[in-house]
Amino acid sequence: MNTLLSVANVDAGYGDFQALFGIDLEVDEGELLALVGANGAGKSTLLRTIAGALKPFDGTVRFAGEDVTAEPDVRRARKGIGLVPEGRRLFASLTVEENLQVGAATGRKGPWNLAKVYEAMPLVADRRTRRAARLSGGEQQAVAIGRALMGNPRLLLLDEVSLGLAPVVVDQLYTALPGIRAEGTTVILVEQDLNRTLAVADRVACVLEGRIVLTGRADRLTRDQVTAAYFGTGTLPEVTSS
Amino acid sequence: MTWINAIVQGMLLGGIFAMAAAGLSLIFGVMRIANLAHGDLMILGGYVASVAAAHYGVPVPLTVLVSMIAVGALGYLVQRSLLDRAMSLGELTPMLVTFGISLIIPNVLVQVFSNDAQPLSTGSLGTASIDLGGDLAIGWFPLITVVAAVAVLTALHLFLHRTQPGRIVRATADDRTTVRLMGVDNRKIYALTSVIAFATVALAGSLYTMRQGGVTPYEGQLTVLFAFETVIIGGLGSLWGTLAGGMVLGVAQSVGAQISPDLPLLAGHLVFLLILVVRPQGLFGRSVPA
Ligand SMILES: Nc1ncnc2c1ncn2[C@@H]1O[C@H](COP(=O)(O)OP(=O)(O)OP(=O)(O)O)[C@@H](O)[C@H]1O
Ligand SMILES: [Mg+2]
Repeated sequence: MNTLLSVANVDAGYGDFQALFGIDLEVDEGELLALVGANGAGKSTLLRTIAGALKPFDGTVRFAGEDVTAEPDVRRARKGIGLVPEGRRLFASLTVEENLQVGAATGRKGPWNLAKVYEAMPLVADRRTRRAARLSGGEQQAVAIGRALMGNPRLLLLDEVSLGLAPVVVDQLYTALPGIRAEGTTVILVEQDLNRTLAVADRVACVLEGRIVLTGRADRLTRDQVTAAYFGTGTLPEVTSS
Repeated sequence: MTWINAIVQGMLLGGIFAMAAAGLSLIFGVMRIANLAHGDLMILGGYVASVAAAHYGVPVPLTVLVSMIAVGALGYLVQRSLLDRAMSLGELTPMLVTFGISLIIPNVLVQVFSNDAQPLSTGSLGTASIDLGGDLAIGWFPLITVVAAVAVLTALHLFLHRTQPGRIVRATADDRTTVRLMGVDNRKIYALTSVIAFATVALAGSLYTMRQGGVTPYEGQLTVLFAFETVIIGGLGSLWGTLAGGMVLGVAQSVGAQISPDLPLLAGHLVFLLILVVRPQGLFGRSVPA
């Protein structure tokens, strides 16, 4: 397996506040890694650091064999790191279709275009001429994912896709995941629902107070192990590498 | 008939206001900067055109292009060297920078060209007109101006709504940090925005100068007011509103002048205040800009 992303010894935070401590993480090409952890654990901070929206205090981020630590988010997007940010952040005055078209600004060639996004997410196709500001939460999330796909990322970072959405809507969104993975896209996913996480992920990494306290293959971890790591309770299991 | 004439003349004047205001509205929409130097940049555009004609023998119609290119290039430099940095320092800093520029421009113009009017004549075109019977006549030059205004605003609208760079400009206006995740450097978009805004205000300034037959250094203090009034009357973020705003202001001034030669500015300000009271979001105002 080729390592696509490797994060080594990363400290990161905001101003004087440190949110991440010595993060080490490797993700293989084509893999789906899920990040789990309580609110404020540092999951979004880690995704933002990988996408380059946040500069780490220390450590390195390597992508596709290249040290990208010094590269800003703009350059990393063009190299193929796509972030679906927490809170969706659609362009409110643009229509759904225009939001998707702006997503293609990475200039990357690949399988994703308007037709294919509409095919993978009928929810989006039905709303193409509507302004993003007038969408429901689920529709917004679907457009945010579609917009990132339009950039043809090699690595797709999904931050809290299900936040504030009804389970049926979340189910609908997750049906797009196999299609995305079928294109060979590597995915890092932040998800609160542990059952769902363990069902879709190849590998799980638990973040607790800015540190990765447990990683392991999803099919070898038990719910209890993950829960213990999640809350930092009980005896932590051995940190297993995949 | 004189009243109809005043209204027609006012609409033609409004074309210049609309062109001047479009750039102001664009810079505010994309970068949230109230460009206090906008009127002085317009006057600078007039100076470039008149100097190009007087000292470099550029044919008068081409001076418009020279002015747009020169002031547009200045827009790039100002954005990259001053405004980008100012934007990273605080909300109000960019406005203070534009205030500084609005002080520098007229003072430099006075130093170099003195207080005397810098002439720019369109020759016979300035007086030629189409007689519509009665007292009503439409000057060729004001007509060209209003056609140019409609063309510029239409082109700007098509650019923003029908092209990928235009969509990206609007996306940047909505969320400047998120476009970066799509590989868009927001500062390049700011530079593009400033070039467009500076070039269009130079066009407005050149035509304004031709219309008046010349230009003086401190006229920017008035034209900046007209530009702000136009944007606010029309409603922020709507280019058609900007055109309507220019027309309303132009007609108010022109009709005011018909009543008394002292009245045009006051009449314009009164209409502006009236609209501010009755319809604060402007004639075509939307809640979401651009
Ligand atoms: N912009 C910011 N400025 C300052 N501190 C921040 C900022 N964003 C996050 N933090 C802090 O950094 C820490 C990690 O936050 P982060 O958003 O990464 O957590 P998270 O795991 O994504 O949580 P959640 O599940 O609530 O989204 C928290 O203590 C948070 O308060
Ligand atoms: Mg988060």
